[in-house]
Amino acid sequence: MEAISCRSLRVNFGSTEVLRGIDLEVPKGGWTTVVGPNGSGKTTLLRSIAGIQASQGVIQIDGHSLGAFNRREVAKQIAIVPQQPVIPDGMRIIDYVLLGRTSHLGFFGIEKKSDIEIAQSALEELDVNFSESRTMGTLSGGERQRVVVARALTQGSPILLLDEPTTSLDIGHQQEMLEVVDELRSRLSLTVLATMHDLTLAGQYAESLILIEQGQVVASGSAQEVLTEDLITRHYRASIRVIEDDSGPIVTPVRRKNSNSLE
Amino acid sequence: MRASRNKDKEEKLEAPAKLKAWWLVLAATTAVVAVGLGLTLGPASLGVREVLLEVLDRLPFVDYDSGLSEREQAIVWEIRLPRVVLGLLVGSMLATAGASYQGVFRNPLADPYLLGVAAGAGFGATVAIVSDLGDGIGTFDAVPMLAFGGALVAVSLTYLVGFSARRSDPVTSLVLAGVAVASFFTAIQTFVQQRDSETIRQVYFFVLGQLRTAGWDEVILVSPYVGGCLFILLLLRRRLDVLAVGDEEAGSLGIDVRLVRLVSVLAASLGTAAVVAVSGLIGFVGIIVPHTIRLIFGFSYRIILPLTILFGGAFLVGADLVARLVLEPAEIPIGVVTAFMGAPFFVLVLRTSRKL
Repeated sequence: MEAISCRSLRVNFGSTEVLRGIDLEVPKGGWTTVVGPNGSGKTTLLRSIAGIQASQGVIQIDGHSLGAFNRREVAKQIAIVPQQPVIPDGMRIIDYVLLGRTSHLGFFGIEKKSDIEIAQSALEELDVNFSESRTMGTLSGGERQRVVVARALTQGSPILLLDEPTTSLDIGHQQEMLEVVDELRSRLSLTVLATMHDLTLAGQYAESLILIEQGQVVASGSAQEVLTEDLITRHYRASIRVIEDDSGPIVTPVRRKNSNSLE
Repeated sequence: MRASRNKDKEEKLEAPAKLKAWWLVLAATTAVVAVGLGLTLGPASLGVREVLLEVLDRLPFVDYDSGLSEREQAIVWEIRLPRVVLGLLVGSMLATAGASYQGVFRNPLADPYLLGVAAGAGFGATVAIVSDLGDGIGTFDAVPMLAFGGALVAVSLTYLVGFSARRSDPVTSLVLAGVAVASFFTAIQTFVQQRDSETIRQVYFFVLGQLRTAGWDEVILVSPYVGGCLFILLLLRRRLDVLAVGDEEAGSLGIDVRLVRLVSVLAASLGTAAVVAVSGLIGFVGIIVPHTIRLIFGFSYRIILPLTILFGGAFLVGADLVARLVLEPAEIPIGVVTAFMGAPFFVLVLRTSRKL
């Protein structure tokens, strides 16, 4: 059973076609990562699947059409970590993370003890120092990122969409974050769909990669199939080398001196 | 390792934003003190003790002789109390509407007049005054009626214009539509007013705001609106917290952003239109009170809204007291008092609004 499936998904911004017929299958409990150069439509793809971007074509969540869900039902199915989350500086961290429980609360919006425990354990999972009445404005870039992920976990949805989850993290925190997500995924049987710029990390954590360019899928499959020198050079217009390692392909940039340089 | 690192933190886990009981008690006490002062201070000097006994006397099963003459009793019951109660209602409504607008528009400088309520009410009142339809006193006088109508027309127009803009950012279009509609109504209002210079003074007093009462009429007129609108806004308090992360994220968390915005803007605008109709355009309450509460008590609307209701009412009763007493027996328009305190405060808010 597919957790997410898209058929000829299209999105236009005015006359610009951002997604031009994307077909996509994300297996339940799997980790799929979308890669592609800047402006290829990765974020738009995630936003469409989360139902916050209008699109044409078919999006099915767990076999049901996305359009048949209301906002609350979508939130119970899908949690998204946006690339640039809006951070209300004055809000306390625990209150921010508790926003994740919104779709589970009744009409009066009062959190139960269980809701608070869920939020607190999500913060612990992500190892955020939130013990004092710290507000969002006091967080470092890395802490902020982890708090946003904690909010998404608190949502308790089976599908987790991560838009560039490691952008503002150092290399150690990048690995830690991805490890935490992977551990939670297997423990809670979450389905993860992410976008990433770091191709090496993308290949090490995802079970399958989808390479898109100009709103179309140009390659998909395992890391070995997608992270090839040929595909990356062509679609990223980059000068790279791929080194095979036990953990998967390592994509590293190489500088080629061109003939016009001052040598 | 992760688990062990977190062990020692468990004791200190924070509870979510909660309104502390003593804050409510403090706010309620402030309101009661303001009401007490409002009842006892004024041109006719009545003793605190006598007024207190007089009030107690009216409670069921309580019998005291306050020693006040019939005339003095009338001052308490027919002049001061209605005015104080009106102050409470108007202050609560303006402060709470301001707080809600700030949440809905994610703009610390949003006030209850953002979407054209003031300009519309000013226009309606001016038309009523200039055409000599009423003098602004009484339940079914033309001034509050037309002011109320004008305010509602202006807000509806703002909403229609804002939505027809179809921009990607509906909040900005609404605010911009509000600016356009407000200047349009102000322009016609000024034009109408200029053509009839004899009534300028009366229009001027409406624009500055005044808690003028004729017995209990005004209180009876506005209390259903204020009560209903405050109740709706209180119900929305957690949803207003969710809006702090922006329309898109609020949507992905399961909130119907358009509906929440529509209902809260309607409730805030309807309540504001009602109080503006009887009290004129009292400024700054909607900014001073919610920001002070935010700075002192906390960011969450679960804290802000209940406290703005109480402190907002108390603040306006206090401001009205100042307006009545400073140039006794003459009165300063209450809008002058709130703006005199509000303008310096505005600077403070600007300097600290990074917190928002």
